[in-house]
Formats: sequence, structure tokens, C-alpha cells
Amino acid sequence: MTPITTPCDLNHRSLARFPVSKTIALSQRLLFRRAFRTPRVRLLFKDIEHLLRLAAVMLIALVAFVVLRAAVVPKSFGQYGHYRGDAIAELAARPVAHAGHEVCEGCHTDVVDQKKLGRHAGLHCEVCHGPQARHADDPASVKPLLPDTTVICARCHEANSAKPHSFPQVASADHSGGLSCNTCHQPHRPKIEDRGKPATGAKK
Amino acid sequence: MHIPVEGFMYPNEVELQWSVLIVLYPFITGLVAGAFILASLERVFRVQAVKPTYRLALLTALSFLLVAPLPLQLHLGHPERSLEMYLTPHRSSAMAMFGFVYLWYLMAVLLLEIWLDYRRDIVLKSQTAKGLPRLIYRILTLGSDVLSDRSLRIDERLGYFITLIGIPSAFLLHGYVGFIFGSVKANPWWSSPLMPIVFIFSAMVSGIAAVMLLYMLSSRLRGKQIDIRCLDKIAQYLMYTFIIDFSLEMLDLLQRIYEADESFRSLDFMVHTRLWTSQVIVQILLGTVTPIALLGLTQLFSLTESIRKRIYAVAGCLTVIGIFAMRWNVVIGGQLFSKSFLGYTSYKMGFATREGLLTAIILMILPFIILWILVKILPPWTDEESTSASEAIPVHAAS
Repeated sequence: MTPITTPCDLNHRSLARFPVSKTIALSQRLLFRRAFRTPRVRLLFKDIEHLLRLAAVMLIALVAFVVLRAAVVPKSFGQYGHYRGDAIAELAARPVAHAGHEVCEGCHTDVVDQKKLGRHAGLHCEVCHGPQARHADDPASVKPLLPDTTVICARCHEANSAKPHSFPQVASADHSGGLSCNTCHQPHRPKIEDRGKPATGAKK
Repeated sequence: MHIPVEGFMYPNEVELQWSVLIVLYPFITGLVAGAFILASLERVFRVQAVKPTYRLALLTALSFLLVAPLPLQLHLGHPERSLEMYLTPHRSSAMAMFGFVYLWYLMAVLLLEIWLDYRRDIVLKSQTAKGLPRLIYRILTLGSDVLSDRSLRIDERLGYFITLIGIPSAFLLHGYVGFIFGSVKANPWWSSPLMPIVFIFSAMVSGIAAVMLLYMLSSRLRGKQIDIRCLDKIAQYLMYTFIIDFSLEMLDLLQRIYEADESFRSLDFMVHTRLWTSQVIVQILLGTVTPIALLGLTQLFSLTESIRKRIYAVAGCLTVIGIFAMRWNVVIGGQLFSKSFLGYTSYKMGFATREGLLTAIILMILPFIILWILVKILPPWTDEESTSASEAIPVHAAS
């Protein structure tokens, strides 16, 4: 490699080596043809060539960002707020999963009578049994599975120091030793002393 | 995982939501901002004594800045979604707008300043290097080899202007982190208008200490003589900044003690129990009072060069540990007490988990690996520059 002698040489060599440089130099001349006739201005452009290139890189990055944004941001974004407007219609079009406790209570009157007497009176059916709209639509062929009481009861009643002391809670491993909760408790009327009492005494 | 709880906690307070990674985030951004402020001392305030650390400070800031979002992305999960901050900016969310603060600081300040400062070296290396380094340097030149006196003068002026913008930007970068915590009005441990200012000064302290240590370490590894005049000056600035930082923190403490609002008893109890070691022992005594006293010794007495170096090394290490403890106490401490002021929880850090100790250690090692690579590509040493500059003199002078 020949030794570098002047910066001027560096520039000329770089221009010869990079077709991009030629393009930029040509476009500069076309854009500033009149200005380039003045030697001082021509010199200035030569001195800030690297900055012009940097500006070009930044501009390309900015354009790429704008194009990317236009391509990936959904058209309905921001229609109602900081979310995709179409999401509302899409969610509304999804099939209903929950039947609602009134529908359950229409058929399962015996359970309603039991529940009314216990501490779970305010708990709606689908909290434990899960969404049952399909069962409500076709009770004969869609049979819901019974929830696993070992898992479902612990969700609320597993001991946690953050829960109020008045709330019934147990350390399930010590309390039941692996037995399902419904071995002793009847989930619709969980207090053991109430077990077997007739539902006829229900307070209306 | 069983978490020991004392008294009453609301259910969502038992387990800490912000882990050690969120401690790392303000710590790392603080190092970035502090390192940049140190660099600006030479560029803007013409403190020539700290010149040997100028480029090292810039590279340190860049390597830590590149790692800064990683703890957040690991904590939140789905790092691919972070781009959405830019695609669909949420102007009312302070956290979401951080993306723009970060981008501005990275692209418009740090990268630009480093590129302008190193451009002459990059062009010269693009002519002399071989193989892959040559390709890297040629890409970095952007295809322009202009090295006239006038072009270098323009670079110098533009670089000065960028540093000038960079100072408020560095303040914005870290002040913003303090602002995020300070504006959580539901949390009395965080909610304070002094928080952004305390964060800025503590950032300056940690950044200056980190660059000072890196300069000492790199000089030793390279077998070069440490410029003691430079080290004395950095230590002097470290002490001044540290005194301001400590005064601000004590002012905040005094204000809290005198105000003694409904949260005070609970927070006071927490400081005397769960945070006693990390706050009182590590942060205040070991990490603040001791380094200030050590640095004060070097100002009051005329000590020998080797003793001063040792003192600076110990003070620097303690400072960085103290500032880390400060971030820990802010982030973790703010989640240990119940908003009912009736109970306290504990923080159990996992080891090899997504937000565990191992991840935190890797994240803290990563900036040093990046810095090592950057130093290889763009050597910041001014003592070696004299040799390379003499080789380049014909090029420079001929123009």
C-alpha cells in the first residue's frame, strides 16, 4: 500500500474507491451547481462531506423507521384511545363463554337452596365451575367436569399472612394431608357442622 | 416460596414486584450519566487535568448505556415488544417516554460525540488496518476520508456543541429515573421532589468513581504510569460532588424526620430493622462517610503519591458499593413496608432465575466486556496517541 501523503489524496482515493461517494458528489454538484462555482463553497462542502454522509445515514434511518411504522402499526390504532380500534369489534364477535348465575339457578334449584344456608351464598356458580355457556345451551350433550377441590379451594383458602385473620384459611398440606377438600366439606355449604342438615330451613 | 412477613400486608404487597434487576437499572444509568459528566469536564469546562480519562469516560458511558435497557427487558419479558415504545408512543406514560430519552442520549449525544472525537483515528486506521478491523473502520468512516484541518475544526466545534447538549441530556437521563420513583405518590419512601436531584448527584458520584477506578485499573493492566495530576483532580471532583449528594440526602432525611407524617414511624422502624445493614452500615457509613473522609484526608494532608493512589482506589470502590446500596435501598426498601403502615415483608432473591443473582452478575459483567471490545476498536489512551499521532503528522500537517 502506498503511504498516505495528504488528506487530499485520501479524499481522491476514497472517491475513486466508493461509487456511493461519486453519486453523492455528483448529486451535490447537481444540487449546488451554482454554489459550487465558488471555490470557497466547494471547499466547505468537501470539508463537511463526512457530516453530509452522516446526515444521509440518519435520514435513511428515519425514513426506514417511518416506513416500518406505516407497515406494522394497525390502521385502527388510536381510533378510540391508545389501542387498536378494531379490537373492540373482534372481542364483541367472540362467543359468550359464561352463562350467568341466573341461568344456572333456573335448573339447579337444589344447589341454590344448599348454598343459601352456607358461607358460599354470595359466590356465583361459574367462579368454581368455570364458564358454562355451552352447557347451558345444550345441557344434554355438554356435561361439565367437576372441579378438583384440592386445587380450587386452595385458591382462596390457602393460608397467607396477607389475608385478614377472620377469613377461613388453612395450610392445606397440614390440614388435609393430601385428601380432597370435599372428603369432609360440602363445597356448596362448606361448614362441617351444617353437613346433613336439611335445606328446608333456608332463610328466605 | 415462603416469604416471611411481619404484621399486616395487603395481598399484593407480600411478594416484591421490582427485583434486583430494577436495582441495577438506575445503578447502570447513573454510571452512564456520571461518566458523561466527567467527560464534559474536559470538553466543556476545559479541565485539562482530566484529559487522560475523557475518551475512556465516553466509552464507559456507551458500554453501560447499551446494557441499561436489558434489566428492564428481562424483568418485563417479551423484549421484542420494546420497539413498540417507538412505534406507538404513549405520551402520558413517563416509563414509556423513557425510550425516547434513551434513544436521544444514545444516538444524538453519545454515539455522535464518540464518532466525531474518534473520526481522525478511524480514518487513519481504515488506511492501515487489515482484515475485519479494516472493514469495521471503513464502515465507521461512512466512506469519507476527509481529514483537512478545517474538517477537524468543524468536528471539534460540533463535538463541543454536542457535549453542551449532552450535559442536560445526561441530567435528563438520570433525573428521569429519579422522577419515576419520586412521582409515585402512593409510596412515601419514594415520593419526594428531591428524588430526581438526589439521583443526578448520586449518578455523578458513581460515574466519576467508576471511571477513576477504570482508569487506574487500565493503567495498571497496560503497565503505564498513572497520571497522578489527573487522578488528584478526579478525586477532588468526586469529593465535591459526593458532599453535595450527601447533603441533599441528609436534607431529605431531616425534612422527613421533622415533617413526621403518618408514614414516618413505619419507615423509621424499617430503617432500624430490615434496612439497617444495607442503609445505615453499607450506604451511609461505609459507602458515603468513609469515602468522603478518605478523600478529605488527601485534601487536608500532603500524602505521598502511592498512599494517595491507594486511598483513591479504596474510596472509589466504597463509593460504587455505597451508590449501589443506595439504589438497593430505594428500590427494594420502597417495597418492604405495607401501605397500611402495619407490616413488613422480605425480599428473597433467587439465584439462577430470570431475575436472580446470577442474571444480575452477568448483566454487571456485560458492560465491561463491551468496554473491552470498544477499547480494542477505539483505543482511548492518550499516552499511546502521541506515537500514533507522530506517525500521522505528515497527513495532518500537509493540509
